[in-house]
Amino acid sequence: MHFDKELDARGLACPLPIVKTRKSLNELASGQVLKVVATDSGSMADMKAFSEQTGHELLEAGQEGALYTFFLKKR
Amino acid sequence: MAAKKMALIASKGTLDWGYPPYILASTAAALGWEVQVFFTFYGLQLLRKDLSAVKISPLANPAMPMPVPMPVLVQTLPGMESMATMMMKNKMKAKGVASLEELRHICIEAEVRLIACQMTVDLFEFDKNDFIPQAQFGGAATFLGFAGEADVSLYV
Repeated sequence: MHFDKELDARGLACPLPIVKTRKSLNELASGQVLKVVATDSGSMADMKAFSEQTGHELLEAGQEGALYTFFLKKR
Repeated sequence: MAAKKMALIASKGTLDWGYPPYILASTAAALGWEVQVFFTFYGLQLLRKDLSAVKISPLANPAMPMPVPMPVLVQTLPGMESMATMMMKNKMKAKGVASLEELRHICIEAEVRLIACQMTVDLFEFDKNDFIPQAQFGGAATFLGFAGEADVSLYV
């Protein structure tokens, strides 16, 4: 999937992946896509909640082993 | 849609109890919420410039996981608190958990309002210069003024 910016949140525990996702989205323009890679196993639920609360669309959420990948479209 | 609001009371000054208010506040701010934290009694320790006195104690804390079984009498020995704190901090670092300083910095950056209880400051004769400059001072009415409009209110 196409993305405009990538955030490496590997090794970070709650709430840092969400906090850093917010910061990264702040640097994007509306409609641009942020890719987030995380290892926090809570991030699957947290990223969905973040998307619902903020309105930034979660285009894709995937898991491969211990790695979680998300694509968020800035509102 | 108006931003949601969260009001927290932070009443405890130990390392383990310092996390919930700062984690919730920084996360809520990341969600775009407006957040105010009211620090009262021992919670005021969390607003000190120097957080090195914020510790964790295995004493009277039977739920705390210990690397080796430790009798209560051993836990009372001098230096045990500092050792437990150091071990906890090392473990947190290894697991990618942010330090309290980091989380507080995130809160400040995100414009979370940090209110120090004036009554507690007077009661314990604290020096205001020991607190971070972002701390504002107020009382119960200050908290309720905000909490009355809040979507989430929690006492920690």
